[in-house]
Amino acid sequence: MPDNAISTETIIQIERVSKWFGDFQVLQDIDLTVRHGERVVVCGPSGSGKSTLIRCINRLEEHQSGRIVVDGNELDYNTKHIHKVRCEVGMVFQQFNLFPHLTVLENCTLGPMRVRGLTKKEAKSQAMEYLERVRIPEQAHKHPSALSGGQQQRVAIARSLCMEPRIMLFDEPTSALDPEMIKEVLDVMIDLAETGMTMICVTHEMGFARTVAHQMVFMDEGRIVENAAPEQFFSNPKNERTKLFLSQILSH
Amino acid sequence: MPNSVPKLIVRKTRWWNSKWFDVLQLFVFMVGLVWVTFNGANQMGYNWQWYRIPQYFYEIIDGDFYFGPLIEGLFVTMEITAYSIFITLMVGLTTAMLRMSNSLSGRLLAWLYLEIVRNTPLLVQMFVFYFVLGPIVNLDRFWVGVLCISLFEGSFASEIIRAGILSVVKGQWEASYSVGLAQTDTYRYVVLPQAVPLMLPPLTGVIINLIKHSAIVSVIAVFDLTTQALDLIAETFMSFEIWLTVAGIYLVMTITLSVLVSFLERWVRQRS
Repeated sequence: MPDNAISTETIIQIERVSKWFGDFQVLQDIDLTVRHGERVVVCGPSGSGKSTLIRCINRLEEHQSGRIVVDGNELDYNTKHIHKVRCEVGMVFQQFNLFPHLTVLENCTLGPMRVRGLTKKEAKSQAMEYLERVRIPEQAHKHPSALSGGQQQRVAIARSLCMEPRIMLFDEPTSALDPEMIKEVLDVMIDLAETGMTMICVTHEMGFARTVAHQMVFMDEGRIVENAAPEQFFSNPKNERTKLFLSQILSH
Repeated sequence: MPNSVPKLIVRKTRWWNSKWFDVLQLFVFMVGLVWVTFNGANQMGYNWQWYRIPQYFYEIIDGDFYFGPLIEGLFVTMEITAYSIFITLMVGLTTAMLRMSNSLSGRLLAWLYLEIVRNTPLLVQMFVFYFVLGPIVNLDRFWVGVLCISLFEGSFASEIIRAGILSVVKGQWEASYSVGLAQTDTYRYVVLPQAVPLMLPPLTGVIINLIKHSAIVSVIAVFDLTTQALDLIAETFMSFEIWLTVAGIYLVMTITLSVLVSFLERWVRQRS
């Protein structure tokens, strides 16, 4: 795919971030810099802290030490900062997490109307625009339960985009999908990548990673053990753990 | 015998399993109950005077229409109920939220309230409200009654509301926060619309209890249905007729409410 120019401007700065669940340290001194327009793919074995890391970026999890700055807003105990960050960061979940009591369209208009102050009409036309972009405008008036997993996940992407975020986080967006639906979701994500959106994806879809990533991050036991450009990451990984992981995941 | 078709087993309905016998049983039971009541009353020489009951519902004196004491009492009971339903739900929601909040003092307050209210008799609570709290904050007896009943039922409502809110999965909160919704908006637009349909049936139970428990305001002389009945009996000695009538009135109120809520439930289910 054509490589978008990444600016030199840092949009997410993560410095020495640590987090514990009780006695268990899930994140250990994480350092990560994401520049504007950059696409980062985070992979690693389960329990390595990758989901926790990206959930710290919009404060669904709270880090206990270190610093996270998103687009100039430091995530601290100031709820205004947290709110600002959440407005600029969209998130797509493994389990879609659509609002089951609302239609697809209402799922997409709730945030814009309540948070960005759009009128119903504005929010609707904008939602339809994004639903077209994820290729399911015809499902707008159905409830999520009437859609397939792949369709639900695309609605979830549209719902996030309706907030016009500067950054999109994907937390294993295809892991809960049937194999034949993975592609339709990845296609939408590749489209999104082409628009120059800053993206951080936790995924095991290595084909997707190869296509879109600027930066590959491999995590194990709460640490970033390898952080490299995709060419180097896939052809010549330095860390033993990365090699083992890649051999297992790419062998079939 | 090749290709023999297996014999169909036909179960005959025995006469004691038939629908008619079932209805007959109920009929015999009801007739028996009525007979026992009336026979018993006759044997103790009770003088039934049902004809005197209608005047306690309404009277027409010189062409003017007046509500009788029973209907006036019913209005008071309904008034108590209406205020109490509202306050009960508010107290329940607030307590549920306090219990789930991050604030230590909030949780402690909610816990203290629940333990005190659930572990003391309602009658004692009513006396404490009337004789202690009433004079201190200068509350009239009607509002003492309303508040006491609301706080009592609110403790049960809070558990139902809490369970309903907790039944909404964590992912819904996270999705709501991730699109930037604040906590109050998350409750209002995401969590409660999913939780309320689950809360409705048990909350109806609480409200029916509330109607029934409202009779207890008679101990602080609020002129509700029960107090009016007590007064009428003191005047007329028609305890059988009046108590049966009053029980019937309460029954009509609670059954009407149940039916209304079942319609509401259906409407809510259709909407979602």
